[in-house]
Amino acid sequence: MARIAGVDLPKKERIEIGLTRIFGIGRSLSRKILDESGVNPDTRVKDLRDDEIVKIRTIIDRDYKVEGELKREISMNVKRLMDIGCYRGLRHRMGLPVRGQRTRTNARTRKGPKKTVGGKRKGGK
Amino acid sequence: MPRSLKKGPYVDPKLMKKVQAMIDRNEKRIIKTWSRRSTIIPEFVGFTFAVHNGRKFIPVYVTENMVGHKLGEFSPTRTYKGHAGSEKTTRVKG
Repeated sequence: MARIAGVDLPKKERIEIGLTRIFGIGRSLSRKILDESGVNPDTRVKDLRDDEIVKIRTIIDRDYKVEGELKREISMNVKRLMDIGCYRGLRHRMGLPVRGQRTRTNARTRKGPKKTVGGKRKGGK
Repeated sequence: MPRSLKKGPYVDPKLMKKVQAMIDRNEKRIIKTWSRRSTIIPEFVGFTFAVHNGRKFIPVYVTENMVGHKLGEFSPTRTYKGHAGSEKTTRVKG
């Protein structure tokens, strides 16, 4: 059972894929880490030797921000934008797209599920 | 895509002149400006700018974290006060 950077242990996947379960590590970073540590990316997580796990763990701890730390950094960045009251901060506050996308349609990821606004009848609901 | 480092941050020469004059004379008055496109550089920290938003001037007090943004980012150009009947959102702009 491999436990790297907190709470991660997907057993039967190849380590290259398994590492991507860690927040902040995708395919390319996973590849890079394995190259550096010299671990074969095709080994299954359960077949990893202890020294290999240690090697991977030290590389991640040393060089990369992952999981909680990374999430904290992201939310700090967003918070900064909101605090200085710039346009991007306002968009974050309102839960609308930040990078100039259209909002007439789509933008559902930011706005959440559709809230239909009744149009027809006069005089309240 | 950010601007080339070689050129440095863009600040309207007119605005720069005004700020420089204020620094030289060591005073702090509100600087009225239309130059929303100017980058906020460290020298601006502590000043208050009145940034035009197309209709009126929005006072912007520049703090340290604002360095690197443009003045226009702090002076919203659109007004949206929510749709009729929805309880939330009163974002007063402009």
